[in-house]
Amino acid sequence: MSKRTFVGLCFAPLAVLAAAFFLLPMARLVLIGASGEQGFHAYTAILFDPRYRATLFNTVALAAATTIASLVIATISGLFLQRNRFPGHALLVAMLTFPLAFPGVVVGFMIILLAGRQGLLGDLTLHLFGRREVFAYSLQGLFLGYLYFSIPRVILTIMAAVEKLDPSLEEAARALGAGPWRVVRDVILPALAPAFIASGAIAFATAMGAFGTAFTLATDVAVLPMLIYTEFTLSANIALAAALSVGLGLVTWAILALARSYGGTGVAAAG
Amino acid sequence: MTMRDRLIFALQLLFTILVAAFLIVPAVLSMLAGITVNYFRGIQSGLTLQWVVQVWQLYSDTIFRSFLIALATLGVTLVVGIPAAYALHLRSDRFSRAIEEIITLPLAIPGLALALALLLTYGGFSDFRRSWLFILAGHAIFTLPFMVRSVMAVFGAIDVKTLDEGAASLGATPWRRFRDVIVPNAMPGILAGSLMVVTLSLGEFNLTWMLHTPLTKTLPVGLADSYASMRLEVASAYTLVFFLMIIPLLVAMQMFARQRAGAASL
Repeated sequence: MSKRTFVGLCFAPLAVLAAAFFLLPMARLVLIGASGEQGFHAYTAILFDPRYRATLFNTVALAAATTIASLVIATISGLFLQRNRFPGHALLVAMLTFPLAFPGVVVGFMIILLAGRQGLLGDLTLHLFGRREVFAYSLQGLFLGYLYFSIPRVILTIMAAVEKLDPSLEEAARALGAGPWRVVRDVILPALAPAFIASGAIAFATAMGAFGTAFTLATDVAVLPMLIYTEFTLSANIALAAALSVGLGLVTWAILALARSYGGTGVAAAG
Repeated sequence: MTMRDRLIFALQLLFTILVAAFLIVPAVLSMLAGITVNYFRGIQSGLTLQWVVQVWQLYSDTIFRSFLIALATLGVTLVVGIPAAYALHLRSDRFSRAIEEIITLPLAIPGLALALALLLTYGGFSDFRRSWLFILAGHAIFTLPFMVRSVMAVFGAIDVKTLDEGAASLGATPWRRFRDVIVPNAMPGILAGSLMVVTLSLGEFNLTWMLHTPLTKTLPVGLADSYASMRLEVASAYTLVFFLMIIPLLVAMQMFARQRAGAASL
């Protein structure tokens, strides 16, 4: 057997698996998306139908808020942890990255334990203000869930980027008389910009497609993955569910392609 | 340190501790709730294993099934992923980059979309639809890119072509070179990829929720079930079981990453 034939054979299992369980089903999904009463217009319904537009708006707003909040938190903590060594440092890093392997459903349960009917925050507010606050199933609860999911991932990226910063640039800025805030603003933050874009895009795309957390919290907040799920299972509106999921897939793929062009790994995690 | 530096340090430390608490406190609460007699009355009500036992009685089948699917997924990704990574590395032209792009797509697309696609294509084949193999198909597609990338990363770090040519000059057939030279050299990547694949498969929910049937529930599907319908203690005990399964894998992955980072810096 020639080398060329062997290399060709190496692709064979992949070709079978990918064609049967990915390419063919995805092609069918795209076609079925256009098979409803509206035809290919199903693909634009998300933008023009007011019911769906509100859901799209919620989803994008929630994903954007999650992204910004996790970037701010991860930058403060990531810079701190990478620049300072103290007793308990390793423990703190371990605690911040521990939830990496939690699926979205488990994250949802964590939020229920924090802010649900028997939640810790409810106990706390009952004790302090005489009123039990329960917000696990609201927009704020969903936001906390997405934040819980994305903080560990973003922190890891930011810490890796901080490690690669060139300390001589900061020393130069200090030698020229810049105060600590100016060093942060004019030297450190601009140098971290690619990491912000890469990890931010991943956080955003993950939040857009997150299903497990929203499912567990069973919120009344309509987000796109839940809309797809209910259209498919409850309304049996299969064409629309297919069109919506193709649209969602295109959006998250485009955002991750952007992340990759900035050096991110382009790997979203299943939420 | 000046007074001001010390203040900044203290504030950042406090902030970071609060963030860590946000992540860890609920996890600790859930572990405690799983072994508390009555969570509402708190830890004073006593410790018990009754909830864990109840979880075992109600859900042990989901635990076994999750391991079965995770190991089968690993098998598929090994058989498909290692040769593919080798071929992709050797070719590294426009064709192989296109293939790489295609196999990484399932990561960029929400699991829900992939699950719908599988359901709409194979929903009619009822024997396949009803068996755990249907879930395996989804998991294999979703985890394959992690195996391929992990193995390709090792190929990028060692000089595969020289190794391969060296073995070829000694008269080894392509298959023997692959088995006796390429695979052993790719072992670190294969191990790292395997840990990743098993961890991801054990925790996969988005696809699995759509693909499962009442007879093919996996652990995360059972978790979602228990969160919706069981008392908090049972849901917590079930989550505790999940943590016990996933934490050794996580620790192994981190030790592995550190070892490799150490080796790379030598």
